[in-house]
Amino acid sequence: MQDRLKITLLLTPALTVIGVLFFGGLGFSLLRSFNYMPIIGMNDPNLDAYRSVLASPQVYRSLALTLYIAATSTLIASVLAVATALLLRRSFRGRAIASFLVHLNLTIPHLVGAIGILYLFSQSGSFARMAYGVGLITKPADFPAIVFDPYAIGIIATYVWKELPFITVITLANMQTLGNDHESVARTLGASRWQAFRHVLLPQIMPGLLSASAIVFAFTFGAYEIPALLGASAPQTLPLMAYRGFTDVNLASHPQAMALAMLIAAVSAIMIALYTRALRNKRRG
Amino acid sequence: MAHLRRMAAIVLISWLVLPLVPLAIWSFARGWTFPNLLPQNWTLQPWAFALSPQSGVLHSLGLTTGIALAATALSVLLGVPAGRALGQYKFRGKTLIELIILAPIIMPGIAVAMGLQSVFIGLHLNNTVTGVVLVHLIPTLPYMVLVMSGIFAAYDPQVEDQARSLGASPGQVFRHITLPAILPGIIVGAMFTFLVSWSQYILTLVIGGGRVQTLPLLLFQFATSGRNDITGAIGMIYILPGVLILILTARHLTGRSSAITGFGQ
Repeated sequence: MQDRLKITLLLTPALTVIGVLFFGGLGFSLLRSFNYMPIIGMNDPNLDAYRSVLASPQVYRSLALTLYIAATSTLIASVLAVATALLLRRSFRGRAIASFLVHLNLTIPHLVGAIGILYLFSQSGSFARMAYGVGLITKPADFPAIVFDPYAIGIIATYVWKELPFITVITLANMQTLGNDHESVARTLGASRWQAFRHVLLPQIMPGLLSASAIVFAFTFGAYEIPALLGASAPQTLPLMAYRGFTDVNLASHPQAMALAMLIAAVSAIMIALYTRALRNKRRG
Repeated sequence: MAHLRRMAAIVLISWLVLPLVPLAIWSFARGWTFPNLLPQNWTLQPWAFALSPQSGVLHSLGLTTGIALAATALSVLLGVPAGRALGQYKFRGKTLIELIILAPIIMPGIAVAMGLQSVFIGLHLNNTVTGVVLVHLIPTLPYMVLVMSGIFAAYDPQVEDQARSLGASPGQVFRHITLPAILPGIIVGAMFTFLVSWSQYILTLVIGGGRVQTLPLLLFQFATSGRNDITGAIGMIYILPGVLILILTARHLTGRSSAITGFGQ
């Protein structure tokens, strides 16, 4: 009984603040998406914003682009992160540097990475200059569009650059906790290097990998500043579209912006569910 | 195999460093036009401009630091007790509370901030530093709670019972037993919490309404205005705290530490 009181007292301040700011904010986004805001005389909640959002081909193009960016970035970053973790697990010359850089990268804001990618890959960037130097192109416009492009290559490159270290660190910690006894046993029983990885190590690191990937997917789906800097002018990702509607002088577009925000929230809620499920499997397993 | 490993290591190291290289070079460049691989002239001018009062960088630097310090202090104050409850006790409804703590870390800030903004207008918190500090608590506080929950899970509270049985008051127990044991964890957690606030973009933009111009907002503005040299200098200034914090905490950090696993953003 005394424990219960103590737990309540310890938790209440933090939960109150999170409740008011996070759930309050989310709740108001939701109310406004239903056209409900009594302060300015909107007393009848309705689904108009959702109707117009779901009837807009622009929204579907934006949703497709945003899903494509998040899925591609998460997949590439996860696969490369497992390879990087396998690499860093063994000792080699330069491991200390590689390991330091992986951690350093975690502390660098996404925006800085995006600007770096811009200066590397733009049509007058470092790679274009090298291409000119070796005679591949004769003017900047000859260099393929990698940023501000319809395939969002620059955006995906930024996410891979930034999220690879995050997944690597989590996966590597997992591998170190597991040790390599199981793999050694598999190898002595005649499994090839690949079989030992595929059938012994991979299933063991999978829950941790999935939970990290879920976080990365939710983040890359909802991030604003990277597509704002590196994206093509159309179609835009959902967060950009939502923010544009939100800052529109025409107040009528605000509920639609809020409906888009709810769409983003719904996708990330699915990711939170996947994350907790992966985590529960890990604890059980 | 060893050969392949070395190749992979070189590719990895290059890929991690590469985006930072042109940024650093630009900050010392005067007229670095296509197709030159290096600037024709080297100069300290971008740095001189960035550090002069008219660029606004110093103002933004102070503002960003102040906001991050305030958000961190509040997160420590509220997050350490909550972390203790989650790390040390098993109780009914714990899974739900963990989910409530986790959701703000994963949910994109834009979905929350846009709704919060319409409430903040009524409270006159819009376009204010206070409002920005409050909205930064959405990612920083849950992050601190998670870190502290990890710290407390590894902490043995029986020492406290022993101190109490020897006649120590609750205040004395906290000051002489609990605090020294968890202080390193609090410090590492606080430094990374500082970085979480330091990196925020969209929360500051929505609640600050462009009036509260933190360093990332200024950096974005210079990046889109084509002033690559100034952008390079601000970019270097902007990553400095992260580099310092990493060097300071390198000893404490393994992937198992909760400071890293929560630090996805």
